[in-house]
Amino acid sequence: MFGFILRRLAVAIPTLLLLIVISFVLMHSAPGGPFTQERALPPQVLANLDAKYGLDQPLAVQMWTYIVGILTRFDFGPSFVYPDLSVNDIIAQGFPVTLTYGAIGFSLSVLFGVILGIIAAIRHNSWVDTLAVGVSIGAQVLPNFVIAPILVLVFTLWLRWLPGGGWGGWPYWVMPIIALTLSHMASIARLTRSSMLEVLGSNHIRTARAKGLSESAVILRHALKPAMLPVISYLGPLFVTMITGSVVVDMYFSTGGIGRSFVDSALSRDYAVMMGITILVGALTIFFNLLVDVLYAWIDPKIRY
Amino acid sequence: MLLEVKDLNVRFATHDGEVKAVNGIDLDVARGETLGIVGESGSGKSQLAFAIMGLLARNGTTTGSVRFDGQEILNAPARTLSKLRADRIAMVFQDPMTSLNPYMRVSDQMAEVLMLHKGMGKAQAVAESVRMLDAVRIPDARGRVRLHPHEFSGGMRQRVMIAMALLCRPDLLIADEPTTALDVTVQAQIMQLLDELQTEFGMAMILITHDLGVVAGSCERVMVMYGGRTMERAPVDPLFAAPSHPYTQGLLAAIPRVDQKGARLSAIPGSPPNMTRPPAGCPFVPRCPYAMDICQDVMPPLVELEPARRRACHAAVERVWAGPPALVETPEPAAAEMQERMAGDLPGNLPDAAVAGAGSAGVTPEGGR
Repeated sequence: MFGFILRRLAVAIPTLLLLIVISFVLMHSAPGGPFTQERALPPQVLANLDAKYGLDQPLAVQMWTYIVGILTRFDFGPSFVYPDLSVNDIIAQGFPVTLTYGAIGFSLSVLFGVILGIIAAIRHNSWVDTLAVGVSIGAQVLPNFVIAPILVLVFTLWLRWLPGGGWGGWPYWVMPIIALTLSHMASIARLTRSSMLEVLGSNHIRTARAKGLSESAVILRHALKPAMLPVISYLGPLFVTMITGSVVVDMYFSTGGIGRSFVDSALSRDYAVMMGITILVGALTIFFNLLVDVLYAWIDPKIRY
Repeated sequence: MLLEVKDLNVRFATHDGEVKAVNGIDLDVARGETLGIVGESGSGKSQLAFAIMGLLARNGTTTGSVRFDGQEILNAPARTLSKLRADRIAMVFQDPMTSLNPYMRVSDQMAEVLMLHKGMGKAQAVAESVRMLDAVRIPDARGRVRLHPHEFSGGMRQRVMIAMALLCRPDLLIADEPTTALDVTVQAQIMQLLDELQTEFGMAMILITHDLGVVAGSCERVMVMYGGRTMERAPVDPLFAAPSHPYTQGLLAAIPRVDQKGARLSAIPGSPPNMTRPPAGCPFVPRCPYAMDICQDVMPPLVELEPARRRACHAAVERVWAGPPALVETPEPAAAEMQERMAGDLPGNLPDAAVAGAGSAGVTPEGGR
């Protein structure tokens, strides 16, 4: 197991390098650049700007400088658009925000999603099941850009309970979390339900019942672990998606998270910010996939790395 | 009587309609005796066992009566059933590869039975489990109890299942095709083990099988099932000497015999009925060489032939004993078809008695890890 983790971490380094190379090339092959504007700058100014940010160098040299900067100084470069801010500054400002509402939203969607899914599976084909499935489908088909304005309408404009945007204490967290959580909770509930139903129909669950175990013991001790396997593999990538923010949430509630920065950087060709966030998401994805694999091995004794 | 089943019916609600899996079954088992239930796949014998244990799938419903030691247990409250299960009525399932929990150590799976029913502590329960694994002759039980099921071979897993079922020394053991998924050589070992343990523990046993050889070796009485109904019920010896029902006769004729080399393997032509729309009369009619007009419309009652022996057939017993008019020479295409099916190992369509003799492929030979 220990060797497995080490091997996986070793593989993560070339994977990240590959990610950097591919995104770097793709990004630079998109038309335009950070200084392209509707009214063209004088060529001399443009040349000076390009020279300052090293954009006049060949692509391979730029990439090399970039990677060396990361490895030696953990420096992801300056933002091309906000002259006073480095990429590290932008991530340091935005990431705690998305991490907060993302991690809380993730925990809530796992907690309620799993409980809802298990209840629906136990009461299969009853009104509880129908209700749970109905609510899940409702929450899943309602996109968060529809839920977000409804929340603002109800809680900010009508009830005047919550601030409609910005970032501060917990009242600012509530609506972003709800908007982010609902659909994910619904998918987790549906996944848990179908997985639990499948496990409950398996032979070893019949054996557990034949032992005289109570229904709750059958579910908790014998059915929960195997039923969670498909859910866990879904949760790894989901966690990364959620803590790195949602464009819709960041935009509607002006939270200042990196979800918004990511899209803005792509639109304004802010190469360095885009690369920085890409690498952050990539590294987190690799790490949480590894975590999922470790959890799998812990649950399923047949898996040995 | 330890177990008395009266007019038991099992129905399943499915999208294609109601499946009438078990129809009006009566049976009883005395303390210490072994009853064999024989029939091909789909004859309702496993569902009968699940109904007795209250382990039917969610869409199954039952009517009738099941009394265990005088207590009505059919559709009894969950609490009542939980108390009896494993403690007084235990079950060994058909497929040891999937019937043990693959995510739990054998020690945990076994110990929880004793902790639940006997109130033992964990350490004591594990020690007792090791003793039971010794009893079913698992070598190095003390070391192996900590393993997971996938670290055992098929035969060893079935031994674990049996040990688990016997932990509380139940009064009744229901063994549902305990050897079907195993190698032929392992089958014999497991059956011998079951016989010995039954004598040792003095428990009653219901042995569900499609293998008449197993029945002959282990049972005192036999019930032959077809289409969810009892076709014949008799002590073992008279049944084998002179089967009184055409279906029993067909099953016996389908056992491959070593002393008749080169002879064509006899088979019952056709396949079991669709239990969504069971025939109005005897379910065996389409495959029966003695079929008469009345058989189509009227289910023959289970009437006494001799003391302790009953049969459900309109044909006079003398006619059956005289031998089938058509079964002596199996029609050529049907026989060829059977051989093909057997090669493809298609489930559900051929008499299992024939398959049992042929042995099952794809099972790990016994012998530990």
